Amino acid sequence: MSALLHVAGIARSFYGVAALRGVDLAVPAGTITGLIGPNGAGKSTLFNVVSGLYRPDAGSVAFAGRDITGLRPDLLAAAGLVRTFQLARGFPKMSVFQHLMLYGPRQAGEGLLAGLLGGTAARRREAELAERAWGIARRLRLDHVIDNPVTALSGGQKKLVEIGRALMAEPRMILLDEPMAGVNPTLTGEIADHLRALQADGITICLIEHDMALIGRLCDPVIVMAEGRSLTTGAFAEVAADLRVQEAYLGRRH
Amino acid sequence: MLSYILFTLTLGGIYALLSLSLNLIWGGAGMVNLGLAGFFAVGAYASALVTGAGAPLVIGWGAAIVVGLAAGLLVTFCTLRLRDDYLAIVTLGFAEVVRLVALNERWLTRGADGISGIQAPLKAELGTAGFNLFYLGLVAAVVAVVWFGLRRLDLSPYGRALRAIREDQELASFAGKRVLRFKFEAFALSAAIAALAGALYAHYASYVSPDHFQPLITIYIFLGVTAGGVGRPLGALIGGYAVVAFLEATRFMAALMPGLSPLQHAALREIMVGLALILVLHLRPQGLLPERIPPAPRVP
Repeated sequence: MSALLHVAGIARSFYGVAALRGVDLAVPAGTITGLIGPNGAGKSTLFNVVSGLYRPDAGSVAFAGRDITGLRPDLLAAAGLVRTFQLARGFPKMSVFQHLMLYGPRQAGEGLLAGLLGGTAARRREAELAERAWGIARRLRLDHVIDNPVTALSGGQKKLVEIGRALMAEPRMILLDEPMAGVNPTLTGEIADHLRALQADGITICLIEHDMALIGRLCDPVIVMAEGRSLTTGAFAEVAADLRVQEAYLGRRH
Repeated sequence: MLSYILFTLTLGGIYALLSLSLNLIWGGAGMVNLGLAGFFAVGAYASALVTGAGAPLVIGWGAAIVVGLAAGLLVTFCTLRLRDDYLAIVTLGFAEVVRLVALNERWLTRGADGISGIQAPLKAELGTAGFNLFYLGLVAAVVAVVWFGLRRLDLSPYGRALRAIREDQELASFAGKRVLRFKFEAFALSAAIAALAGALYAHYASYVSPDHFQPLITIYIFLGVTAGGVGRPLGALIGGYAVVAFLEATRFMAALMPGLSPLQHAALREIMVGLALILVLHLRPQGLLPERIPPAPRVP
């Protein structure tokens, strides 16, 4: 299996405090890769670097064989790398449908002139995107709230919107930052099923999660991070048996 | 009386244009532009100077739009990293700079004397009464065209992306939107509309001076857009007309108060404007025609 995302030697500090001290990891294409580690290990910071929010101080990120280090988020999205956020974020005054449509790529109607004139190309693309948005909404069972503003959704539905709009972007890979955090067990199971379905569609997934039982069921391989470094990689059982991983979570025995 | 009503309606149209301009940038992209009076002035002076040099009116208005676009791009470029209050402060500063340049660069603008005798289209042919009626129709037509275009833009994928940038520009960039391009375009277009309003004003009043472009105008337009409905072009349009109607009404209301000097009358009008803004924000903060979420088209 070849790596779709390749991170090499990524370092990043904030005001002199090193959050990442040389992370090396690879996410194999077609997998659901779990990224775990104790709080403060640098998982979210790594996502922020990979997704273009922060520039790394050192190191490089390659996606599908192309160097994407420090690329702007909108260009990454166009290249097929999208992300979600730990705390579900949204545009408060926009509906679920508008969120989905917004993420639709290659909409010529987003040009100023095309928007003013409303040509047939923009209208045709809008119709295509609307059909896909409805499909995704039905798949995630958001179709009955499709016209609601996202602020009127439940916590679980907000998480589903995060996933749904990432799908609209026609991604090759999705970075999911704690997609099940604060979600009830039933919905957690549903989200896990959705993720497996996405994997079956050929989308590579990398997710940060703290629910170990879930990671065990869903993710292979699992990458462990601690103190701003990647510690080890392997199947969940191997990783869980690794003494260094246990020390990272529980502390060292003296 | 008739000419007074025509004057009020024409001025209402010019304010409606300014409101549409503000609604695009503030209601649409969420950028607080307190420099509206500056762009208004830039357009007025550009057209006055170009037509004063002998160019036909159409060229003057074209020049106003081009200079407005350029000023909009310049201000956006200078404020790329600013948002919210900071952007508001810089744009307010821009309007003051424009006014002070107009006041002091006498070789260009004739300073505080202002530029008089600005070409009034067809005034000789139509007579004063006919001209007033004609100009009212002209301004109303421009308002209608601008409104139509901005409404289309508002409902288009462009408007959707702009709205997303207003709500959360970082998230919009993760959605694949090139935030800076949208900001540049929207600000420049908004500035050009304000400049066009300035050009229309200059050729109607036949006279411009720095006094015409006080920062207070911007506040009036904010009042209009807030009252009409932020984020909805029709709301802004109605708000623009409404604010002029209200400003003129305060003239009569202030006159009803007995025992006040003219200076106190003027102060009373300002008080009423402030009070109106507070009341609008208190009673109907979403405005007369609030922003709507368009329903998703039903796909079988």
